[in-house]
Amino acid sequence: MDKMPGWADAVLVPLISLVLAAILSALVILGIGEDPIAAVKLMVSGALGSTYGWGYTLYYATNFMFTGLGFAVAFRAAMFNIGGEGQAMLGGLGVAIVCLVIPWPHWTLALLGAMAAGMLFGALWAAIPAYLQAKHGSHIVITTIMFNLIGAAVLNYMLVNVMRPKGSMDPATRRFDETTNLPTFQDMFSTADAVVFRGAPANVTFFIAILACVLVWLLIWRTRLGYEIRAFGHSETGALYAGISPFKIIMIAMLISGGLSGLMAINNVMGEAERLVLNATEGAGFIGIAVALMGRNHPFGVFVAAILFGFLYQGGAELALWTNIPRELIVVIQALVILFTGALDNMVRMPLERIFLRLRKGAS
Amino acid sequence: MDFLTLIQILDSTVRLATPLLLACLAGLYSERAGIFDIGLEGKMLAAAFFSAAIAALTGNVWLGLLAGIVASMVLSGLHGLASITFRGNQLISGVAINFLASGMTVLIAQDWFRQGGRTPSLSGGARFSPITLPFAEAVEDVPVLGPIYSELISGHSILVYLAAASVPLTWWVLYRTRFGLRLRAVGEAPEAVDTAGVSVVGLRFAAVAICGVLCGIAGAYLSTALQAGFVKEMTAGRGFIALAALIFAKWRPWHAMWACLLFGFLQAVALRYQNIDLGGLVIPVQVMDALPYILTVVILAGFVGKAIPPRAGGEPYIKER
Amino acid sequence: MADQAPAIELRGISKAFGPVQANKDISISVMPGTIHGIIGENGAGKSTLMSILYGFYKADAGEIFINGQKTDIPDSQAAIAAGIGMVFQHFKLVQNFTVLENIILGAEDGGLLKPSLAKARKTLLELEKEYELNADPDAVIEDIGVGKQQRVEILKALYRQAEILILDEPTGVLTPAEADQLFRILHRLKDEGKTIILITHKLREIMDATDTVSVMRRGEMTATVKTYETNPENLAELMVGRKVLLQIDKAPAKPGETVLDIENLHVVDQAGVERVKGISLNVRAGEIVGVAGVAGNGQSELMEVLGGMRPGTGSVQLKGQPLPLSGLGSDGQARRQQGIAHVPEDRQREGLIMDFYAWENVAFGYHHNPEYQRNRLLMDNAALRADTERKIEKFDVRPANGWLTAKNFSGGNQQKIVVAREIESEPELLLIGQPTRGVDVGAIEFIHRQIVALRDAGKAVLLVSVELDEILSLSDRIAVMFDGHIMGERLPGETDEKELGLLMAGMNGEAA
Repeated sequence: MDKMPGWADAVLVPLISLVLAAILSALVILGIGEDPIAAVKLMVSGALGSTYGWGYTLYYATNFMFTGLGFAVAFRAAMFNIGGEGQAMLGGLGVAIVCLVIPWPHWTLALLGAMAAGMLFGALWAAIPAYLQAKHGSHIVITTIMFNLIGAAVLNYMLVNVMRPKGSMDPATRRFDETTNLPTFQDMFSTADAVVFRGAPANVTFFIAILACVLVWLLIWRTRLGYEIRAFGHSETGALYAGISPFKIIMIAMLISGGLSGLMAINNVMGEAERLVLNATEGAGFIGIAVALMGRNHPFGVFVAAILFGFLYQGGAELALWTNIPRELIVVIQALVILFTGALDNMVRMPLERIFLRLRKGAS
Repeated sequence: MDFLTLIQILDSTVRLATPLLLACLAGLYSERAGIFDIGLEGKMLAAAFFSAAIAALTGNVWLGLLAGIVASMVLSGLHGLASITFRGNQLISGVAINFLASGMTVLIAQDWFRQGGRTPSLSGGARFSPITLPFAEAVEDVPVLGPIYSELISGHSILVYLAAASVPLTWWVLYRTRFGLRLRAVGEAPEAVDTAGVSVVGLRFAAVAICGVLCGIAGAYLSTALQAGFVKEMTAGRGFIALAALIFAKWRPWHAMWACLLFGFLQAVALRYQNIDLGGLVIPVQVMDALPYILTVVILAGFVGKAIPPRAGGEPYIKER
Repeated sequence: MADQAPAIELRGISKAFGPVQANKDISISVMPGTIHGIIGENGAGKSTLMSILYGFYKADAGEIFINGQKTDIPDSQAAIAAGIGMVFQHFKLVQNFTVLENIILGAEDGGLLKPSLAKARKTLLELEKEYELNADPDAVIEDIGVGKQQRVEILKALYRQAEILILDEPTGVLTPAEADQLFRILHRLKDEGKTIILITHKLREIMDATDTVSVMRRGEMTATVKTYETNPENLAELMVGRKVLLQIDKAPAKPGETVLDIENLHVVDQAGVERVKGISLNVRAGEIVGVAGVAGNGQSELMEVLGGMRPGTGSVQLKGQPLPLSGLGSDGQARRQQGIAHVPEDRQREGLIMDFYAWENVAFGYHHNPEYQRNRLLMDNAALRADTERKIEKFDVRPANGWLTAKNFSGGNQQKIVVAREIESEPELLLIGQPTRGVDVGAIEFIHRQIVALRDAGKAVLLVSVELDEILSLSDRIAVMFDGHIMGERLPGETDEKELGLLMAGMNGEAA
C-alpha cells in the first residue's frame, strides 16, 4: 500500500522542499547583512513589475524550459544527463554556423534551419556518451561531465581559431545577418500607442519552448515510445522482457535530451546575442537540472519551474544592480533548490509519510 | 627543449598535480566506501576560499588551512546527510554542493572583503612558503641530478610533500588495516558489513569525512600555496579532473598518483606553450586542456581495460533480506 | 532437561512494515542442542522473525531471552555477542574478497590485518577439521560455487563462536546431494551442542532434519510441535490453514502437433559461463511440459532465451518457424507477434513495472497491439483502461482498481495481472516460470486452473518450477534439468519424487 496519497508526493513534498530552500536563502541574505523581505520586493518589482522585467524573466525561462525538458526526458529513461550545458554549447555552435554560412531570405526559414542545426549538434554531443553507456556501460554521468568540459574546449577552439573575425580580439563570431534576427516581444506586442517589452530579449522562441513542453508531454505520456522510455527507466530487465531494446531507448532518449538542450541556442544565440560568444549558455544547462528536479521531471512541472527560475535570474540581476547582493545569490538558491528537491527529498518525505500513516490509522 | 626547460615543466607538473592528487585520494576514500562524489570541485572551492580568507584575516596560514578543512568537511557532512542518512541521490547532492560552494564563496567574499568576490592578496605567514630540502643548494651544480634534486624535488610547500606521503599512506590504510578492509567491503557489499556487526553508516561517514579533510587540504593548497589568495571559481574544473584521474586509476592509490602526474603534466605543458608544434602538426592549446577528459572517456569506453567502480557505489544502503 | 533454560526464547514479538503486520505476537522457545524448524509459506513472516533475532530489524514489541537471560538485540553486533550466527538466504559475502577476508570482516583482532589473517587461517583449519567444512582460505568468493559460499557463511558464524545458528532457506540453491551434505554438517554441529534454527518452506527437510517445528502463517505462529509427533499432511494444513488440494483435477492430455521445438540450445551468460549446454526439447499443442530442477541449473536461462531476453545459439522453432536468438530487446516483440506469451519467473523485476498503474501494466509488452492505439502516433489509453477492467473482473484481481500501481497489489494479485495479460493474448505457446512463487493458496489454485484451461484449449505450455509438487500435479510430461543438461524425461504417472530427485542431483535413474 502507498504510504501517502499521490498528490502529497507530487505537490506537497516539492512545495515543502521549496519552502525550506527559501527559508535558508533568506537566512543567507540575512547573513550578509541585507533584508530578505526588501530583497524579495526588489526581485518581484524588477522581474515582474514591468513588461521589461517580464521580457527578461521569460527570456531566461525559455532557456531553462529547453534544458529542463532535456534533462527530464533523459531522466525518464533513468539516464542522468548532466551534459545539458555542453549540449547547449554545441547547439549554439550549430545555430551559429547555420546563421553565418547560409544567406537566409527570411527569419522564419532561418529559424527552421537553426532549430534543425541546434538540435542536431546538441543530439550529436549527447550521442557519444549515450552510445558508450548503451554499448559499453560507461557511466553516463561521468562521460557527460567530461563532454561538458570537452565541449567548452571545442567552442573555445572554434571561436578563437576559426570563427573569430580577423582583427577582433574578442573570442566571438561576427553578428548574424539581419534576415536571421528573430522578432522579439517588443516587435510582436508593441502597438502604435505603447511600446512594451522595450529592449528585453524575450522573443518568439518562448512559444517554441511552450510547444516543446506540450510535445514532450505527448511523447512521454501518450506515445508508445514514451511508454517504452518510462518502462525502461523503471526497470531495465523489465524492458528486456517486454521486448524493449535498451540500446534503442538509451540512444533515443539521449538524442532527444541533447536535441532539446541544443535547441536552447535559438533563444540565447539567435534570439538574444545574435552572435556566438564564449559563455553563451551561462550555466543554463545546469539550471535545467534544478528546473527538472523541481518540476518532478514532468513537462508542466518543468514549465512552472522554468518560469520560477527565470524570475529568480532576472530578480537576482536586479538585486545585484541595486544592492550589495551579488548575482551569485541565485547560484546559492539554485543549489538549495537542487539539494532539497533532489537530494534531501527523503528528509521531507519520511516525516510526511509518518504523519499520513498516523492519520490513516486514526481514521480506520 | 633543453634540460632546464624540462625540469621546469616537471617542477610545474608537481605543483599542478598536487591539488589533483589530494582531491583524487579524497574521492578514492569516498567512492571506495560506496559514496559517489561529484562534489569534489565544490569542496575544494569552499576550502580554497575559507583558507585564504582566514589566512588573510589572521595572517596565519595554518589557521587558514584549518578553516579550509572545516569548510570542506561541512560540505562533506551535507553530502553524507543527503546520501547516507536520507538515502538521497548522490549525484544530485554532488551537483548541489558544487553550486552551493560556487555561490557561497563569492557571496561571502563580497560581504567580507568587498573586492569583487576575491580575497586580499596573501603574503608572508599567510601563505605556505617553499621548503628547501637539506643540501639543495649544495648540490645545485651537480650535473643532471643536481637540478633534479634542488629544483624538482626541493623547494615545494609542505602540502606537496604531504600529498606525496598520502599516497603510500592511503595504500597502507586500504590494504593493511582493519579500517581499510571494512572500507573496501562497504563499497562492495554493505550488507556483508552490516550483518558482520559493523555500522555501514559509521564507516561511510568516516570515509566521507576523510574525503572532506583531503579536499580541504587540496583547496587550501590552491589559494595559499599555488596562488596567493582566492579568486572566483579558482578550482577551474580541477575537481572534475581529479574525478577523471580516479577513474583513470581504477580507484587504486598508486595509479591515482601516476594519473594525477600525467594530468598535471598536461596542464603544465598547456600553461607554458600556447600551441605545440610537432614538426608541422600544430596541436592547439585547447586539445591539451581537453586531453584529460578525452583520456577519461577513452578509459570509460573500455578501450584500455575496464574501469569497474565499487559494486555498491552510488546506491544508498537499504536493509533487506 | 526440564530445568535447563532454553537457548532462545521469544516472547510476544511483533513487527510491522508500514501498514503490513509481518509478525504478530510471536512466542517460541528452543532448547539447546536441538534443531528447530520454522516452516511457513512465502511471506508468512519467518525471515522477518529471524532478522529480528539477528538484530537486523528492531521489533515493535516483545522480548528476547538467550540462555534464560533477557537480551536486547538492537543490531547485528549484539546478536553476534550473544552467540547468534545467521546464514541468510542471499549470502552476505564480499564477492571480490578472499574466503579468509570475508571470515575476519567485522571480527578482526586489531587495527592491523596481518595478525588477524594469520590467526583466522589457523582457526579456519581447525574448524575445517572439526566439521568437515573444507574451503580454500585464499579463494576469491566470486570464483567458488554457491555450495562453497554457503560453507563460508557457516564458517563465518563459527569463527565468531556462534552457539546458535540460524539458516534461512539454506537448500534453495543446493542440489539434493549438497543439501544432504549440509544436513550432515548441521547434525554434527548439533552433536557439539549447538542450537540450530532452520527456516524452510519444504516439508521434507523439516521431517528429515528437525527435532521440533514451529509453523507460521500470515505473521502468526500457529503451532509448535515435536517433529516425530506430526506428519507432512498435518503440517501442510497448519501452514495454509485448510486442507490443501495437492492434486489438480484434469483430463488426460490430448497432445497435437509440435508447437515448440528446441534443438541443441546453448546459452552462455554475461560472465562467460555456459548455463545451458545443448538442450533438445519439444512441446506439443494441448500439453503441459514441466521442467524440474534445483534453482540455478539453467532453467531460468532457458526461459529467458525462449522469451527473447537473452542470447543463445542453436535452433528454436515455433510451428516450424525459426525464432531469432539474438537476445536483443526487439526479440521480445517478435515473440509476442508469433504467439508466444511469457509469465516470467520474477514478476516484480520483469513481468511488471511496479510504479506503473495496473492499466499501464496490462499493455506491458503488448503496447504495440493495434487495439491499444488511437492513431499512428498516440496510444488509446481509454481502450486500454476498458480492457483492464475486463481482465480485472475475469481474473478476479483484488482490489479491482486499475488506477493502483502494481506495488500496491499483493503477490498473488500481481501474478494474476501478469497471467491475465499473457493468457488473454491467446498465445500458441505459454512460457510460465515459477507461476506460484510468493502467491497465496487461493491464487495458486486459480492460476493452476487457468494453465490447465489453456492446455485444454489446445495450446502448448512450457512450465518451469522449482516446486516439485507443482511440476508433478500440473505436467503432462516432465523434463529434469541439471547443470545445463536435460537429465531425462518422465511421465508423471510413471515416476515419483525420489526418482526425480535423483535426476535433479545429476544421477541417472539407471545408475542410482
